[in-house]
Amino acid sequence: MAQRIDVKDLNIYYGSFLAVADVSMHIAPRAVTALIGPSGCGKSTFLRTLNRMHEVIPGTRVEGTVAVEGVNLYGSDVDPVAVRRHIGMVFQRPNPFPTMSIADNVLAGVKLNNRRMSKSDAADLVEESLVGANLWNEVKDRLEKPGSSLSGGQQQRLCIARAIAVKPQILLMDEPCSALDPISTLAIEDLMQELKDEYTIVIVTHNMQQAARVSEQTAFFNIEGTGKPGRLIEMDDTRTMFSSPAKQETEDYISGRFG
Amino acid sequence: MTTTTARPPDGVEALRKKRSSGIGSGLFAGLSTGSGALILVVLAAVAAFLLIQAWPALTADPADLNAGVAWFPADTSLLQFVGPLVFGTLLAAALALAMATPVAIGIALFISHYAPRRFASGLGYLIDLLAAIPSVVYGLWGVQVLVGENGIGQPVQQILNDVLGFIPLFAGTPARPARSLFIASMVLAVMILPIITAVSREVFLQTPRLHEEASLALGATRWEMIRMAVLPFGRSGVVSAAMLGLGRALGETMAVLMILSPGMTYSWHVLEAGKQQTIAANIAAQFPEANPLGVNTLIATGLALFVITLAVNMLARWIVSRRAEFSGAN
Repeated sequence: MAQRIDVKDLNIYYGSFLAVADVSMHIAPRAVTALIGPSGCGKSTFLRTLNRMHEVIPGTRVEGTVAVEGVNLYGSDVDPVAVRRHIGMVFQRPNPFPTMSIADNVLAGVKLNNRRMSKSDAADLVEESLVGANLWNEVKDRLEKPGSSLSGGQQQRLCIARAIAVKPQILLMDEPCSALDPISTLAIEDLMQELKDEYTIVIVTHNMQQAARVSEQTAFFNIEGTGKPGRLIEMDDTRTMFSSPAKQETEDYISGRFG
Repeated sequence: MTTTTARPPDGVEALRKKRSSGIGSGLFAGLSTGSGALILVVLAAVAAFLLIQAWPALTADPADLNAGVAWFPADTSLLQFVGPLVFGTLLAAALALAMATPVAIGIALFISHYAPRRFASGLGYLIDLLAAIPSVVYGLWGVQVLVGENGIGQPVQQILNDVLGFIPLFAGTPARPARSLFIASMVLAVMILPIITAVSREVFLQTPRLHEEASLALGATRWEMIRMAVLPFGRSGVVSAAMLGLGRALGETMAVLMILSPGMTYSWHVLEAGKQQTIAANIAAQFPEANPLGVNTLIATGLALFVITLAVNMLARWIVSRRAEFSGAN
C-alpha cells in the first residue's frame, strides 16, 4: 500500500530564482522521513513538490524527477490533480473548511473522487477516518457542528482525517504541530506512529526532538546565505544523524551551534 | 538619605494619566462618532419627511383623491393604487437581479481565479466603468438598441415567448415596439452588473489561501476548488452584493421611465406592454403636473418604496446571519 519516492536532481524555482538545488533522495515506504533545517532552507518548498502543490503558486517551476514507484510525477502524461488525490497533505496551520460540518470535512476529498456514496458508507468512512486520526471519541456527538468549532489540535487531527479518508499512498506533513500545544503535538506524533504502518510519511519539522522521536530517516537541508539556493546536506538513519552525522554542518545545526 | 516621598519612581509615574490625551485623538473620536450619528439623523429625517408629506394622502378619503388628483383611478383606495406599483417595482427588480447575478458571479470568478493577472485588472476596470455611465444614457441606449423596430429586443422577446410561453412569465403577446417590463429589466440588469461584480470579486479575492490549498491538496480541479473553498466563503458577500444591486434596481427611475410603457395591473406577463409600472418611474412621470394632493399621493408611494428597500435589506442581513456559524469569519 505505502509507496517509495525517488527524487533525482530536483531544482525548484520561484520565477527565475532557484530556491532549492540538486536534491536527490530516496524516501522509504512504511516509514516516517523527517526534513529538518533552518527557516528558508527550502524544506517546505521541497515537500510541496512531492505532490505538485508547488506549482499552484503562479510563476513557479520544477526541473528533475520525482518518481513514485517508478512513475515520474513530472512526466508530461501525469495529471497534477490525480497526483494530489494520490498523495495527501497536511498543512502547518489547520485548515478545515469553515463552511462544512465535521463530517463533511472528512468526506470533502472523497466526494471529489466518488460522487455517489450511500449514507451508511459515508457514515462508516467518517467514523473510520476519525478513529484513524484519534479524533472520533471527541467529536462523535457533534459531527454536524462546523469544523471551525474545534480546538487547534482537534482541527489538525480533522485535517489528517480528511487526508487519510481518501486512502492516499503517501502522506506529506508540513510542520503539522508548529501551531499546537504539547498535548496535541503528542497526540499527532502518536498518530504518526500508527499511520506509518500503512503510509509513507514525510514530515517537515522545526523541532529536532520531534524529528528524533518520530522518524526513521532524517534529511538535513541548509542554505549558505540569503539569495542562495537551499541544498540537501545529508540524509541518513535518524539515529545516525543525531549521534554521529557525517557532515560538520549537520552536527552544528543539531547541537544548536548553528550560526 | 531615604525619606519617604509621595512620588513613586519616574518609570511608574508615566503610567498615570496626565496627558490631556491630545487634541488629535479627541477630534477624531468626535468626528467619527458624529459621522455615525449623522447617518441615523439623515435616515430619520427622510423617514419623517416622507411620513409628514404623505400624511394628507394617507388620511384622505378615496373619493377626495379621485376628485382632487387627475390621474387617480376611480373607486380605488390609496392601498389599491400603490399595490400594482409595488408589484411592478419588485417584479422589475427581481427580474434584473435574476439576470445580473449569475453573470456577475461568472465575471467576478473569471477575474479573481481564471484570467491571467494582467488581463484581469483591465477587465475589472472596464466593468467598473459601466457603473460610471449615467442612467439616462442607459435609457437612451435601451430605447435605441432594444426597443425600436430594428432593435434586438423584439426578436429576443419573440423567441422567449415561442419557447417558454407555457410559463406565465413569458406568456401573452410580446410588445411591438418592445416597451415591456422585460426589456426594462434587461437594462436594469446591465446597470446593476458592475456593483455586484465589483463586490463579489473583492470577496472572492479574499478567500484564504489556506482553504484554497486545502482543497487543491485533496485533488480538486480549479472548478471544484472554487465550489469547495471560494463560493462558500464568498456566499454572504455575494448576497450583500446582490442586495446592493437590488437596492439600485428598486430605485432606478430614468431607464425604466424611458423604456417601459406603463400600466397598473398585477400582470405577470413581462413581455407585454402597458401592464406594469414601477414606483420611481411613476413618481418621475406624474410629478411635474401634480397638484398638492397629487404630490402627497406620490410621496406616499415613495414611502412604500422606502419601506420595501428597508425590508429587502433587513431580509438580506437575516439570510447572511442565519448561517454565520458556518461562515468563514470564525
